[in-house]
Amino acid sequence: MDLSYSPEEIAFRDEVRAFLAEKLPREVVDKIRMGQELGKEGQERWHAILNEQGWLAPNWPREYGGCEWNAVQRHIFEEECAFANAPRIVPFGLSMLAPVLMKFGSKEQCDHYLPRILDGTDWWCQGYSEPGAGSDLASLKTRAVREGDHYIVNGQKTWTTLGQYADWIFCLVRTDPDVKQQEGISFLLIDMNTPGVEVRPIILLDGTHEVNEVWFTDVKVPVENLVGEENKGWTYAKYLLTHERTNIAGVGFSQAGLDTVKRMARAEMSGGRPLIENPHFAARIAQVEIDLMAMATTNLRIISKAAVGQAPGVEASMLKVKGTIIRQEINDLARRAAGPYAMPFASETAEGDNDPIGPDYAGPVAAQYFNYRKLSIFGGSNEIQRGIIAKVKMGG
Amino acid sequence: MNFELTEERQMLQDTLRRFLADRYTTETRNRIIESDAGFSAEIWNELAQLGVIGALFNEEQGGFGGAGFDLATVFEELGRAGVVEPFLDTAILGGGLIAALGNEDQKPLVEQVIAGDLQLALGHGEPASRYDLSRLETTARADGGDIVLNGRKAVVVNAEAAGQLIVSAREAGEVADETGISLFLVPSDAAGLGLRGYPMLAGGRAAEVTLDEVRLPETARLGGAGAAYPVLAARVAAANVALAAEALGAMETATELTREYLMTRKQFGRPIGTFQALAHRFSDLLIELEQARSAVINAAGHLDGPNRDLQIASARNLIGRVGRLVAEEAIQMHGGIAMTQEYELAHIAKRIVMTDHRFGDTDYHLERFIALSAA
Repeated sequence: MDLSYSPEEIAFRDEVRAFLAEKLPREVVDKIRMGQELGKEGQERWHAILNEQGWLAPNWPREYGGCEWNAVQRHIFEEECAFANAPRIVPFGLSMLAPVLMKFGSKEQCDHYLPRILDGTDWWCQGYSEPGAGSDLASLKTRAVREGDHYIVNGQKTWTTLGQYADWIFCLVRTDPDVKQQEGISFLLIDMNTPGVEVRPIILLDGTHEVNEVWFTDVKVPVENLVGEENKGWTYAKYLLTHERTNIAGVGFSQAGLDTVKRMARAEMSGGRPLIENPHFAARIAQVEIDLMAMATTNLRIISKAAVGQAPGVEASMLKVKGTIIRQEINDLARRAAGPYAMPFASETAEGDNDPIGPDYAGPVAAQYFNYRKLSIFGGSNEIQRGIIAKVKMGG
Repeated sequence: MNFELTEERQMLQDTLRRFLADRYTTETRNRIIESDAGFSAEIWNELAQLGVIGALFNEEQGGFGGAGFDLATVFEELGRAGVVEPFLDTAILGGGLIAALGNEDQKPLVEQVIAGDLQLALGHGEPASRYDLSRLETTARADGGDIVLNGRKAVVVNAEAAGQLIVSAREAGEVADETGISLFLVPSDAAGLGLRGYPMLAGGRAAEVTLDEVRLPETARLGGAGAAYPVLAARVAAANVALAAEALGAMETATELTREYLMTRKQFGRPIGTFQALAHRFSDLLIELEQARSAVINAAGHLDGPNRDLQIASARNLIGRVGRLVAEEAIQMHGGIAMTQEYELAHIAKRIVMTDHRFGDTDYHLERFIALSAA
């Protein structure tokens, strides 16, 4: 039992820190800290900086331009990026589609799409959820019918994150309606510029536009855009979901968030004393910090297993549930810490008037509290995760 | 023992519920929130005609209610519909302070409030005061026959629409003293009064207010010099009853929306409410909702009694805890749809949670309760 990083791992961490200190743009950090939307350009800028460094694809093999980092290195990198308030890299192409193409796609597909993901030519989004297929994803209805050398796609996807920027969408579509649900699904790559594809914005409760509906009306998709075999899409989707779960615990985000809460609580005065000295608030901070310390070690336990090739199974679900509970608790603390200054709607006032209302840290916290309710809903809701844990552990 | 509403309050509740169900739809409300004014003058006037504002004042003040249960009845309905119009600020706080402290020249303003013709705002909280009611740095100094105000007021709800602002300032005492606090009527066009307005996350508008050598006649003072605190505390107590009732109403809507969704949304071939894991969590919300209802009854029933502050601290703490639970669980059990701006629950959840940021949050009221219990 050794709780500390090896000298090599510490050297790697220092290298990451030095890189972030030098290359992460100040304006980007400020935007992340203020909870402002980075926009397409901001995302692409950070994407390009990482690509130039060769650190854009931690989990890819070197032959495709990846880092081939092990699980501990990936964890160190993700944690340092979160501490530094670096943008979260849009995962759809890099860590969701790419592993599926490498495992199940053709050589032609890999050679064509992977370099374009790295150099930023193609922005990918994910076409999984539908209005009637959320937690019950396998009930999806978007239909793809083969006609000669094309599929004709009709249907609707929803909750498509950053679909408004996307050039391509990878979709789960139904190619055989007459078999068991899971056996009639295929994995299809669709050019968003094809006639019949329409993106409609969904505005979230904090006024942000990060998700969309994507509608398909008689969309012609060449058959070479099918990944793997027809009707095997569910297998690929499940494989993808295991990759979606990198950094699932969000330890770095929680630690960064907790630092922000402490900074706020030192600045806020309550009854003539700093809020951080208030016993009730101090107890709330301590409670979540204690939970986080334990979860950080749970996370490392799972990562060190993964580093020697043991893929996480049910542990990923456990980390998702506990990780989101902790992150949401920290968001709640930030909201509380802001006091009356949580009430202004900062993103509305920011236009043309950049002075914050009240302390600068107060602006985004209430909107973030509401926005981050999504953490326990998307990527398989916490109810679905609990179902997986029970099913696996109870042997039912 | 009788926990039924009186006939008059029952009528008020029915009228208000029908009007809001009919006129205050999600689309209408979302349009109001997006508008420059942040509230609807038309809705305001119609509700005034229905007697909604009059119900918040007693007969002596020109109304026909004014007791804790009148406030609770009105605000529960406003909460159910997610109403963003500034009844708390204009009527409970502004109008209530003038009614309690005003002289014969000032009291006619209350009639204008009840008729729906005047908007008011209370400028009391300051950038450094958080929820401390007696912490006040804004100063009032005598200068010749005049009073001169200097200071800053934070998150003054309804300041831009208000014809008059009621501004607190210190005429004597140290920064956290209860004595030495006075209230002044400041016309919205007073020289030296600065407003920086903005929308709020849960609807409505507020402003940061600066007072730079604002010169007022002595007659602008409400009540005696340095003696406003007890009345201010009483009106804030009334505001706390109103906020608790509003949150209760909003929780009723959140729970009802969740019930409907659980019974209509199908996944895995059946309504998701038939999964026991969700059914039990929904039952917990109903249990807590009844706790919240009783807490509001306790607070409303003691608004004019000797145990007012303890009961109100108790109610706001419980409402804060239950409110967070209901808002978060309602969103979680809905899933993504509840995260969208156009779905009713999104606004309702924001109203519930953001009441925790006015006149003390859950922790503040817990500390108040502990201090008052020990006293």
